[in-house]
Amino acid sequence: MAILVDEETRVLVQGVTGREGSFHAKQCLDYGTKVVAGVTPGRGGRTVEGIPVFNTVREAVRETGANASLIFVPAPSAADAIMEAAEEGVGLIVCITEGIPVRDMIQVKAYLRGKGTRLIGPNCPGVISPDRAKVGIMPGYIHRRGSVGVVSRSGTLTYEVVHGLSQRGLGQSTCVGIGGDPIVGSSFVDILELFAKDPETEAVVMIGEIGGTAEEEAAAFIQENFRKPVVALIAGLSAPEGKRMGHAGAIISGGRGTAQDKIAALKAAGIPVASTPEAVAELVASVLS
Amino acid sequence: MKIHEFQAKEMLRSHGIQVPKGGPATSGEEAVEVARRVGNGPWVIKAQVHAGGRGKAGGILMASSLHEVGEVSSRLLGARLATVQSGPQGHLVKKVLVEEAVQVERELYAGVVVDRSEGRAVLLLSASGGVEIETLAKERPHEIVREFLEPWGELPSFRARRACFALGLDGEVRSQVEKALRGLCSLFHEEDCTLAEINPLAITKEGVVLALDAKINLDDNALFRHPSWFQLRDPEEEDPLEVEARDYGLSYVKMDGTIGCMVNGAGLAMATMDVVLQVGARPANFLDVGGGAREEVVSRAFEILLKDPKVKVILVNIFGGITRGDVLARGIVDAASKLQVHVPIVVRLEGTNAQEGHRILEESGLRIHVAKSMVEAAKLASTLGRN
Repeated sequence: MAILVDEETRVLVQGVTGREGSFHAKQCLDYGTKVVAGVTPGRGGRTVEGIPVFNTVREAVRETGANASLIFVPAPSAADAIMEAAEEGVGLIVCITEGIPVRDMIQVKAYLRGKGTRLIGPNCPGVISPDRAKVGIMPGYIHRRGSVGVVSRSGTLTYEVVHGLSQRGLGQSTCVGIGGDPIVGSSFVDILELFAKDPETEAVVMIGEIGGTAEEEAAAFIQENFRKPVVALIAGLSAPEGKRMGHAGAIISGGRGTAQDKIAALKAAGIPVASTPEAVAELVASVLS
Repeated sequence: MKIHEFQAKEMLRSHGIQVPKGGPATSGEEAVEVARRVGNGPWVIKAQVHAGGRGKAGGILMASSLHEVGEVSSRLLGARLATVQSGPQGHLVKKVLVEEAVQVERELYAGVVVDRSEGRAVLLLSASGGVEIETLAKERPHEIVREFLEPWGELPSFRARRACFALGLDGEVRSQVEKALRGLCSLFHEEDCTLAEINPLAITKEGVVLALDAKINLDDNALFRHPSWFQLRDPEEEDPLEVEARDYGLSYVKMDGTIGCMVNGAGLAMATMDVVLQVGARPANFLDVGGGAREEVVSRAFEILLKDPKVKVILVNIFGGITRGDVLARGIVDAASKLQVHVPIVVRLEGTNAQEGHRILEESGLRIHVAKSMVEAAKLASTLGRN
């Protein structure tokens, strides 16, 4: 099982002729992912790493039956790329692009409402179901197949935690980077709902950070509806007020969105919170035993 | 990106929202000029700094004669203003805003923010003008009226009207407030704001609706479609190292500790600072060198860290992913030897080829201490930083 991506996922890469796009398309292919098409307007007819390139998502889907899109299109055009994929009924869109304006994401969210498309990201590392499919930019080989679901707002911090899990023999069902922007396609709660229904997932690691209230909403959801054990990690205890810590969404404003508040909410919901990234694997082992 | 009050008011005016008559000045003489143009007084002189809480800190003063305008302005200009938000070192006042003083009958709050959970922009309106919205949200959340904007930035008339009725406004004042609210919403959208706030939105004794104070934050990610923003930016309001780092394309935030942190990835960088704090030390900064941590980027990062005189030790925490640990280690060694780093460096390298990376670091002949875990690295840095 696993969630979102597996052996059946047929990926098209939007922005495939760019530096990042072509590099990571190859990395995904090498991992065993079915990368079936690329899209770059004006470059139709070429191939990149053996992948046929099309001018439009419509053509790419018609010719190859792609059912997921991985987006590397630069920020000024990324929102348009997301909507283009959604319009063709692509069921899963993973947007890696960093730096999309909030206004564009508000429009994307409105556009996606009522459509059967799930958006992951933007500003995220993507999704991987170890040994089955990698639709993202994460290093594949740190992952092991197993029963721990991982959902995170971060990139390298997730790799760090996944590496720790793998080294301790705790494989992963699926790892989902939901992105570090203020407005993202899928929330912690959205992904937890999928993990709840996935028989392969026995426990979940949730990695949050300062800014917004997504972790608090997840804590309430877990307490009410989620029956599998969850371990959390929250970054940004040392972050100052009013400063953006790298991610556009990682900012404490007006005293709201602090790591302290998030940790308190998680603990109040009975969710253990790891004190360091390295402590996560041990906590997961203890909740699984 | 933050902008000054006088710039925010300029934006409000161009979106049809009335503001008091006035303008910015950089000297006492210029302030008198502005005051004369504005009217017969009294006037308000407001220090233009990127920090809230100016009133309590003595940055907003009244003047009843032109002589006083000059005197008060000269006193503010060139002084440092420390507010609750600025920290004790304060902000240098380089501009004042001179405005006509108005007789206020009633003060409201109006702001537009991003509702992350809903993925929409939302207008917040309250009858408690002058009070910070965060305080109100905590203490009396039911007093805040919320109305969503359409994705194209419009606040439909019926929502503006509904918000006004909820506050008991009616007649001519209501239609003026409605117009101001709709203007604020279109401004928020068109100018790519992350915050657009009028506090207070005043109703004067004469029944005129005026934005007495305004705070606008712009979305840095939207800079590409607003070339004019370069003129709005005031680099002197920012930390010089933060400005330099931004020019290098590095994500850096200055803090007040002694342990300079260099990490790949924003989340891992925050987590590293947290571990530093947990072992009883204080991070000097947040610094993300990006997932790949290329050598030239690492060099620039070292340069920035070394310019901070408070930095006693540098803690490098890198997770080798697609870029392997040995390649990253070589980059760190090359950058550190070229720059002749004079403080101890603690490196914690994990992930792909970490072992090989450790060997390269240890054999470099530099003062590089290799740590096996984040906690060990933070403890080691803390100890080295004390010597």
